Amino acid sequence: MLGYNNCMKIDVPHVAKLANLPLKPEEEKKFEKQLSEILNYVEKLKKVDTKNVETTSQATGLENVTREDEAKPSLTQEEALLNAKSQHNGFIKVKAVLEQ
Amino acid sequence: MNLNTLTIKEAKEGLKNKKFSSVELTKACLKQIKKHNKNLNAFLTVAEKEALEQAKKADELIVDGQDLPLLGIPIALKDLFSTKGIKTTAASNVLKDYIPEYDATVVKKLKDAGVVIIGKTNLDAWAHGSSGENSDFGPTKNPWNTEYVPGGSSSGSAVSVASDMCLASTGTDTGGSIRLPASFNNIVGLKPTYGRVSRYGIIAMASSLDSIGHFTKTVEDSALFFNITAGKDLMDATTLSNPIENFIKNLDKGIKGIKIGIPKEFITGIDKEAKVKFEESIRVLDDLGAKIVDISLPYTEYGIAAYYIIQPSEVSSNLARYDGIRFGNGRETFGSEAKRRIMLGTFTLSAGYYDAYYKKAMAVRTLIKRDFDNAFKKVDALISPVCPTPPWKLGEKINDPLKMYMSDALTVTANISGIPSLSIPAGFYSNNLPVGIQIMGKQLSESSLFQIGNAFEKQTNFRKQKPKL
Repeated sequence: MLGYNNCMKIDVPHVAKLANLPLKPEEEKKFEKQLSEILNYVEKLKKVDTKNVETTSQATGLENVTREDEAKPSLTQEEALLNAKSQHNGFIKVKAVLEQ
Repeated sequence: MNLNTLTIKEAKEGLKNKKFSSVELTKACLKQIKKHNKNLNAFLTVAEKEALEQAKKADELIVDGQDLPLLGIPIALKDLFSTKGIKTTAASNVLKDYIPEYDATVVKKLKDAGVVIIGKTNLDAWAHGSSGENSDFGPTKNPWNTEYVPGGSSSGSAVSVASDMCLASTGTDTGGSIRLPASFNNIVGLKPTYGRVSRYGIIAMASSLDSIGHFTKTVEDSALFFNITAGKDLMDATTLSNPIENFIKNLDKGIKGIKIGIPKEFITGIDKEAKVKFEESIRVLDDLGAKIVDISLPYTEYGIAAYYIIQPSEVSSNLARYDGIRFGNGRETFGSEAKRRIMLGTFTLSAGYYDAYYKKAMAVRTLIKRDFDNAFKKVDALISPVCPTPPWKLGEKINDPLKMYMSDALTVTANISGIPSLSIPAGFYSNNLPVGIQIMGKQLSESSLFQIGNAFEKQTNFRKQKPKL
């Protein structure tokens, strides 16, 4: 079983990369200390016996909520683009993802 | 008489009997904002022009004999609520110039009920915080003593009501963000049952925990406001379809014979004076004829640990959408607290750690919820302090996130379990800062919470004391 050891250390640059979060070097240092402290605190859950306990992801008890798949009025193209900083011919312009 | 100090109920009566107009009422609030907002930093945007237009329209409808439930009442919105044409920032630099193209469902409902929206209030950016200090646009100050925090994350919403800049305001409560600032400001704050109020159009923090509520000056006002906001919304699949009653129906029934539980784990280890104050509140309820019962909720001590896995996990997922492409600025503009939570959540959801952290926390969530289910078989409601300590000074906990997180120890379990909780004024500490208690009930029991809260309020009248600005 994958567990956590007694002094959890978090690999901040790696996690920041996964989260697409640009960090400054001084931030990396600060966050490593703070996040490790928090992770060490939450390890107290290890003490709780959760064998045969179901998980709860939400508290309503609702299941399979659906609605008719009907077209309804929505934003116009102009409205949808109103807050996009980079545009071209009515589209949102993004940087190239693939290299040539 | 300053019109801005009125309750919703009083203002409604005055408007109906034409003692004053909505324009006069709105102007009184705007005047108060101009006088004190520089010092308190409760509002990020004051929508003066729009507010006066809405007030004028409300006055015309009143002359017409129209009777909408909140017609002409000036309210403020936490700056997480999307407002068509009015900047909505989440108090974050990421959204500092963002103007939504649509209204949140709650905003639409409130507009349909006739309110005047006077502005958008400050908060811990993205609702991440317990003190109001995580705002990218400067902290909000506590009107009772500006050296102290007002509580967060709905800091500006609480302060705007406490300092009579509006008659009511909206908030969101993911782990205590309505109840804590309500208790630090001597006002009433409702965290409804999860799913009772639509989340559509409200910038998401942790979607399985976010509850949409409000701040008012009285318990009755809270019920009147809830009459408007509660209900199923097709745009939010987690809203409940249970019928909406008139929430003031039980208000004056008194609490003789009602069984109120005191969860002992909520008092263990809290501040000494907080405990003394809480005991005074128990005596009031006892004198009013409630039956006080000792209750145990053994998994309470794991609340913060479970919460600080579940919540950042959901935060990291919700904040992943902010890429600066469709709207807003790039991810480098997130503040420190958002970055911490995004990383924490990314970590606890990542391969190899998911079972040990996230799945474990979801199992503990079941146990915490079960604690409440068992308790509500024995009692009608539970009461506890809102915060384990009195309000603290600005800057005191800002460099110690874990210490800050502990301020939510008594509030997070209601969110984890999806139950409603009402925070009401319960007196003052020796340094004259306010203290509150919370009344928790089983899911959908808001009417009972208003009933208990109203009896307590009428008996104590703490709410009538106002900060000296």
